[in-house]
Amino acid sequence: MAAPAKTFREVPARRSRFKGKKLQVWVSRLLLLLFCAAFLLPLYWMIVTALKSDQELALFPPTLFPLEPQWGNFREAVTYIPFFRFLNNTLIVTALTVVGAVISNPLIAYGFARLEWPGRDKVFLLVMATVFIPFPVVIIALFDIFAGLGWINTFLPLVVPMFFGSAFWIFLMRQFLMQIPMEVSDAARIDGANEFQVFSQVVLPLTLPAVGVIGIFAALHAWNDFIGPLIYLQDESLYTLAIGLTFFRSQYDVQFNLLMAASTLIVLPVVVIFLLFQRAFLEGITLGSVK
Amino acid sequence: MRRRFLSPLERRKLALGLLFISPWIVGFLAFTLYPILYTLRISFTRYSGFGEPVWIGLANYRALWSDTVFWQSLGNTLYYTALAVPIGIVVALAMAIAMNQPLKEIPFYRAALYLPSVLPLFAVSFIFIALLDPNRGIVNQLMVSLGLPNINWFGDPRYAKLGLVLLAQLGAGNTALVFLAGLKAIPKTLYEAAVLDGAGPLRRFWSVTLPLMTPVILYSLILGLSLGLQVFAQAYIITNGGPANATNFYVFYLYNQAFRYSQMGVASAMAWVLFVITLVLALLIFRTSKRWVNYETVA
Repeated sequence: MAAPAKTFREVPARRSRFKGKKLQVWVSRLLLLLFCAAFLLPLYWMIVTALKSDQELALFPPTLFPLEPQWGNFREAVTYIPFFRFLNNTLIVTALTVVGAVISNPLIAYGFARLEWPGRDKVFLLVMATVFIPFPVVIIALFDIFAGLGWINTFLPLVVPMFFGSAFWIFLMRQFLMQIPMEVSDAARIDGANEFQVFSQVVLPLTLPAVGVIGIFAALHAWNDFIGPLIYLQDESLYTLAIGLTFFRSQYDVQFNLLMAASTLIVLPVVVIFLLFQRAFLEGITLGSVK
Repeated sequence: MRRRFLSPLERRKLALGLLFISPWIVGFLAFTLYPILYTLRISFTRYSGFGEPVWIGLANYRALWSDTVFWQSLGNTLYYTALAVPIGIVVALAMAIAMNQPLKEIPFYRAALYLPSVLPLFAVSFIFIALLDPNRGIVNQLMVSLGLPNINWFGDPRYAKLGLVLLAQLGAGNTALVFLAGLKAIPKTLYEAAVLDGAGPLRRFWSVTLPLMTPVILYSLILGLSLGLQVFAQAYIITNGGPANATNFYVFYLYNQAFRYSQMGVASAMAWVLFVITLVLALLIFRTSKRWVNYETVA
């Protein structure tokens, strides 16, 4: 990199910078394509493996494309485990998680973003600090507490905490709420609205896209959660897909193709949601980073 | 002690503010603060999860001190974190800088690189079993065709952690987008000034880009550290702690103590040790960060 830069310096400055720029662009492009290939490889291999027959799986070296795509693997995968029961459980947990997140986080964030009160910023720091608390510190106690309440083997431990806000989503929602001009609230207050009315009837309607972002993140969180269901759900009939997938692994052999077929079915909705709501994800990231 | 009395107006504002955040307060007390203290208390007891906890003082902590598996799990975890987190930051930074170039197809890269970080970790873990299989995986196939050795990633204690470090990199796209937002916030005039001073691309990176990115890097370093120390699901799914305890990570061992061996007291002690380690390491990074983090960001 250093050597060509030196030679360019001998030609007129404008051209050299232009050439340097062009090189940078192409190196970047190459680098990004390599990263993309590496990052999409797992998904490619998942689908290819899902479509292989048992015989093809045994071939060495492995085939890079399925010789005869076995679409039946998907049907077999959903009957090998009680897929639809697990799906149903996952959907229940996901729906309740979304409801909880969408109710609690805007309300809490409103208290941090649009109300002024003594000690507010210190409390907000405390909220953010909870992000760094390792989950094992709470999960052992929570298990015991929930067991005492008779909540083990129910969806309650997975869902109830979601109704009390979560640091990252409070943070995101607060960032959104701070973007709305304060005059909007002041005008409503002058008109005699109480603070809850200002929140629910004036500010919230303006941040529905943000509430949507929280909802998507919450859905993803529930769909992707492994540790919660692993610890709290012991009854097979309550398993979510995350735990259900482990059924494919017997002691000595892994049913690779069926496992990958089921994985595809679990990953696919995430990919679709991601592609549909890409802007929401990006907004979450930009809000969550610099400002 | 200096006492500050709140005026009636301030008191009303305080009440209103607390009312709005009351769900968080309740949640914090019930699902964070109380459990943390509860865990601390249990850590001084012998407790199987049934019956009454029996107070045994520091015995759990002493038992851990002389438990070789405990030290091994701690070593594994530190090793994993020390590799996965810095590599992740370098990878993310490289991606962000490349994405900061004027390329028309940026939306494609953004989507392709970010997508893996939103996929369920448990599913990706299963995919890695197929991906890194020495006989049936494509990664080893590629390696062999490049003349590299055929590594039994998750069957060989020397490579199992590296396989999981590889897996962790799939989350780099997320960090890369955070970094990209940081890069975009750097004023162009700084680069123009650097060019006028005759700074080449490398020099501009060291003197402009990196210093202005340090606050974002610090944040991802500390968050990455905290999450790295909690590595669990991957090891549970892919290697079940093996081979030869190579991926018996701290939280994996803790999980086993609590939920397989019914040693809630020992597990609680482990949880608190982890809490303290996380705090100490984070504080250490914060302290040293004063030397390398630039707080005069123009963002």
